[in-house]
Amino acid sequence: MGARAADPRLSGIIKLAILAVGGQGGGVLTGWIEDLARANGYAAQATSVAGVAQRTGATVYYIEMAPHQEGEPYPIFSLMPAAGDVDIMITAEMMEAGRSIIRGFVTPDRTTLITSTHRALAVSEKMVPGDGIASSEEVMAAAEVAARRVIAADFDALAIRNGSVISASLFGALAGSGALPFAREAFEAAIRGGGKGVEGSLRAFGAAYEVAANPVVEKPAAPVAAPLPKVQGPARLVAEWERLAARVAALPGPVAEMALPGLRKVVEFQDLRYGTEYLDRLAQVMARDQAAKGWVLSREAAKYIANAMAYDDIIRVADLKTRARRFDRIRKEMRVKDGTLLHLTEFFHPRAEEIAGMLPARLGARVEADPKWRTRLDRWFNKGRRLRTDTLPAFVMLHVLGGMKFWRRRTLRHAQEQAHLERWLQAALAELGRNYDLAVEVIRCRRLIKGYSDTHARGLSKFDRVMAATARIAARDDAADWCRRLREAALKDEEGKALEGAIKTIESFA
Amino acid sequence: MAERSFKAEVEHLRLGAGETFTGEGILAITKALLENGVGYVGGYQGAPISHLMDVLADAEELLGELGIRFEANANEAAAAAMLAASVHYPIRGAVTFKGSVGVNVASDALANLASSGVNGGALIIVGEDYGEGSSIMQERSHAFAMKSQFWLLDPRPNLPCITKAVRDGFELSEASNTPVMLMVRIRSCHVTGSFQTRDNQRPTLSVKDALSNPQSDFARVVLPPMSFAHEQDKIKNRWPNAEKFIRERGLNEVFGPKTAPVGLVLQGGMYNGVIRALQRLGLADIWGNTQVPLYVLNVTYPLLAGEFLEFCEGKDQVLVIEEGQPEFIEQQLSTFLYRAGSQVKLRGKGILPMAGEYTGQVMLDGITAFLKEAAPQMLPALVRAPNEDKPQIPDLTRTVPIRPPGFCTGCPERPIFAAMKLVQKETGKLQISADIGCHLFASLPPFEIGGATMGYGLGPAANAAFDGGGERRPVSIIGDGGFWHNGLSSSFTNMAFNKSDGVAVIVDNYYSAATGGQDIMSSRADNPTKATKHPITKALKGIGIDWVRQVDRTYDVGKMRDVLREALTTDAPGPKVIVASSECMLNRQRREKPLTQKAIKDGRRVEAPRFGVDEDVCTGDHACIRLSGCPSLSLKKLDDPLRDDPVASIDQSCVGCGNCGEVADAAVLCPSFYRADVVHNPGAGELKRARIRDQVIGWLQTRRAARRLSFEGAA
Repeated sequence: MGARAADPRLSGIIKLAILAVGGQGGGVLTGWIEDLARANGYAAQATSVAGVAQRTGATVYYIEMAPHQEGEPYPIFSLMPAAGDVDIMITAEMMEAGRSIIRGFVTPDRTTLITSTHRALAVSEKMVPGDGIASSEEVMAAAEVAARRVIAADFDALAIRNGSVISASLFGALAGSGALPFAREAFEAAIRGGGKGVEGSLRAFGAAYEVAANPVVEKPAAPVAAPLPKVQGPARLVAEWERLAARVAALPGPVAEMALPGLRKVVEFQDLRYGTEYLDRLAQVMARDQAAKGWVLSREAAKYIANAMAYDDIIRVADLKTRARRFDRIRKEMRVKDGTLLHLTEFFHPRAEEIAGMLPARLGARVEADPKWRTRLDRWFNKGRRLRTDTLPAFVMLHVLGGMKFWRRRTLRHAQEQAHLERWLQAALAELGRNYDLAVEVIRCRRLIKGYSDTHARGLSKFDRVMAATARIAARDDAADWCRRLREAALKDEEGKALEGAIKTIESFA
Repeated sequence: MAERSFKAEVEHLRLGAGETFTGEGILAITKALLENGVGYVGGYQGAPISHLMDVLADAEELLGELGIRFEANANEAAAAAMLAASVHYPIRGAVTFKGSVGVNVASDALANLASSGVNGGALIIVGEDYGEGSSIMQERSHAFAMKSQFWLLDPRPNLPCITKAVRDGFELSEASNTPVMLMVRIRSCHVTGSFQTRDNQRPTLSVKDALSNPQSDFARVVLPPMSFAHEQDKIKNRWPNAEKFIRERGLNEVFGPKTAPVGLVLQGGMYNGVIRALQRLGLADIWGNTQVPLYVLNVTYPLLAGEFLEFCEGKDQVLVIEEGQPEFIEQQLSTFLYRAGSQVKLRGKGILPMAGEYTGQVMLDGITAFLKEAAPQMLPALVRAPNEDKPQIPDLTRTVPIRPPGFCTGCPERPIFAAMKLVQKETGKLQISADIGCHLFASLPPFEIGGATMGYGLGPAANAAFDGGGERRPVSIIGDGGFWHNGLSSSFTNMAFNKSDGVAVIVDNYYSAATGGQDIMSSRADNPTKATKHPITKALKGIGIDWVRQVDRTYDVGKMRDVLREALTTDAPGPKVIVASSECMLNRQRREKPLTQKAIKDGRRVEAPRFGVDEDVCTGDHACIRLSGCPSLSLKKLDDPLRDDPVASIDQSCVGCGNCGEVADAAVLCPSFYRADVVHNPGAGELKRARIRDQVIGWLQTRRAARRLSFEGAA
């Protein structure tokens, strides 16, 4: 008995796998594909492993089909996809496309990969205090290599736009790809046969069909610089703004690019005088920076000084919460139509610190240092408050608070923030003499300070620890690199375990 | 049932002779039970056999017509015990649960049943949850068949074979007076296909008729000296009868050429995977006609020495393809060969991996390796010396995040664990044991609560060693499903009797939610055939636990936290039990969404809540996510060059459960969350008042805007 060629009919088996996240309707899509195949003279078999994966986990559905004549024996189909043996891979999310590539279900000799480019972030990506979002670009690059053909678009957004869900748009993409030997009408008949939400499904199907049949290579949108702010307001203020904007325009390109949004942020936060202070601070840094270094230091300073100056206090939050444009945005997002009303509830939880921070600097400092007063303030203020900003009492209260910018410069919080800012900036500039790159990295450490209450305190403490650890190794040639590593470690987890590890490493050689 | 209807499936169960059933494997089994004159059916839900239970629960009318009794048993032990009806009476009975956990629970009853022996056919349908997507420990039910000596069927995974196995199973059971276990793997349960149906059969003797004419025979009771006789009976009569039946009826199958140097012995469930590997090697055609002989074990216990040795005749080597470990079948077959003095070389584990699922790749690699050694001439040249020319695909394993299952959007269990996380911030890490059910997702990030699970209903029992108390009290978690399954007796009476100082949290979501939302004793729904609405607190009081706190809205994170703190610090002696109740959101939405939509259409006033985040206020620290993990609470990157980190964002799948606001409040997070309630069809007065308010607010906003600089695009 010698080796023979494979049964040519075997190449007639179409193997199709679907990788979806729980709740995306992978089961519905599988059902449509099966019905489609059977209605068109194919034998078909589907399997899935749902189990607990329906609760937001990743789930594989698998379908095989082959032409089948009445009276012929039934083909023997596999119950699971095998690496290197999948013709069509449909993934309902970008990282699931990555997962299908890792599992070997996408191969250059045969696989048409149909994927939605949108992201359903995994918990591990979301809970990182910094930016833990996985790179879609890497997956897309791998897909281009791994697949025979890639059809990629945001099929989720497309489905939502058409009042449907992603299973319908993926079915449309499958039809549009031409990877199955059935006509468009046959696909649509399968949707009609399902009988649920037919109109919306057909709309999403049609839109996706067009996208897949006439593919445009979708490039992930590069981060575009914010459009130049168009400014409105009293003529006197606008004229003053134009003067400041002109100061920015005179800065070197890379610095101006960051300084203009920075200026806008601090002016919005306080006023034009504050904007002048911002530019003066920036000028201080510029004076010690060098064109030869590409003004990196000044560019970073333009970014982080603005962030430091526009700290989050009650006045800022109250101001942001009561603006007309916010109300408009929420109405649009929540699809509030004529004849419907919007109730808006805000969740505030002021603590003694916030109240003391609003007091004049000296009085505030005394109150904050006095445990008795702190307890008293906590008793009066420290509780969750739900404010209905669509009603007058709550709105007026926040409106008044949001208008207290005139008071801000006198407050304890302002004094604290100014002092902190100065310390940080001077610490950075102090490194300039011996290590330019280190100065840049120290500037960037400002990123660590964010959040409110406990989170803010934790951010501050991480900032302090990074600064202290950096100071220990500041004399080393690779100090800048270490400072960057410390910062990145600090952004990895909440408790600062990664940071602790990094500091231990430094202690081992410092 | 959780507002879900299986009426369409029930119609499939009514198909008659000569018609074609098309659908899922597990439903085909359900239909086959009716075709084979089953008299009673029971079981306990769980993947992958929940569907069988759910459909039968909805098929009451049909079952009534046929005179069949259906029980949704309290647990698998109760289900297996129900088969006692077939011990004396010639009634066919079937029960179903998942393996291997359900089989573990049922093992006491199964052992007694196997010792007594049966008169009517007794079928245990086990959905073996092994391999990808499995939610349980990776073990085999096979061992139970061996130790208790009941027979194990593992049919080829297609609908005609699976439904035939139901018939064979009943007949084999009756021919050998032994219960039979029909094992269906998870993919076989969900595999779709068709089979020719037959008419449903009424049982020859119904349970009602049997009750009118009770029988007993002390020879069937598991007591000495009869139990010694049972063992002898198993070996001397039941086993030989089973072998004879299996052989005469040809339950095992042989495919391929009569003579060949090699052969494959496989579990029926492995058949399609083996054929696919042979197809890829050019050794089988599309219909499965194979050039390599196959001995397919549709019965994996007992194994038939004679049949196997015949298959081996004239072969040099035989490969055993047996998924899972230990390799019971391979060991037994080796013994057969050894005892027969055979020279045939038996291969198995070693060429194939000892542990893990036999995926397409594993099967292809294993069979290829075997044939390369044993019969290289059969392989195509390309396989013997492959041309390696594959493109380098970038490694994404470090890029793609894992995606374990988690709580659904709006899940009422999320705030319970947010509260526990907050309490642990005050107390330090606590000793926490968990149970089985949705709540076990809390052991994953972002909560990481619960370090052990010992089985269904055993969460609090798993903390027994710590129940004497110490500096901090141990905490255990159990679901309402687990509570009624086994928890009341094994966990709570254990706590009460031993005067435990521990804290137990019962997560009550009104259903056995993780298995598909089946009703249980404490469900708050009306169920015409089941007794519901029995509060858990009442049961606790009944066994003498006095410190019981009922929380009726788990979304109140502050309250949850306070109750937990109280339980951990109170001076009260004995167990401290918190019943945290809110309805499973998946089931609630399934019921309420259509009602809400209808109400809006009908012009009734409806408030639809949803949460949002002010992106200018959010600083991108993601503290809220570390206390939530809700799928609808995600991140987005802003177009702002001044911002490094993505900010929180809530998508339109939000159901407005309230957890975000409560957590922001209880944990003192940022003020960026807001709740937007869209009021549909508001009253005229309400509209008028709102218009006046809007005018005043608009006037204030315009006035301020006129005095300030404002930038386009700013919020």
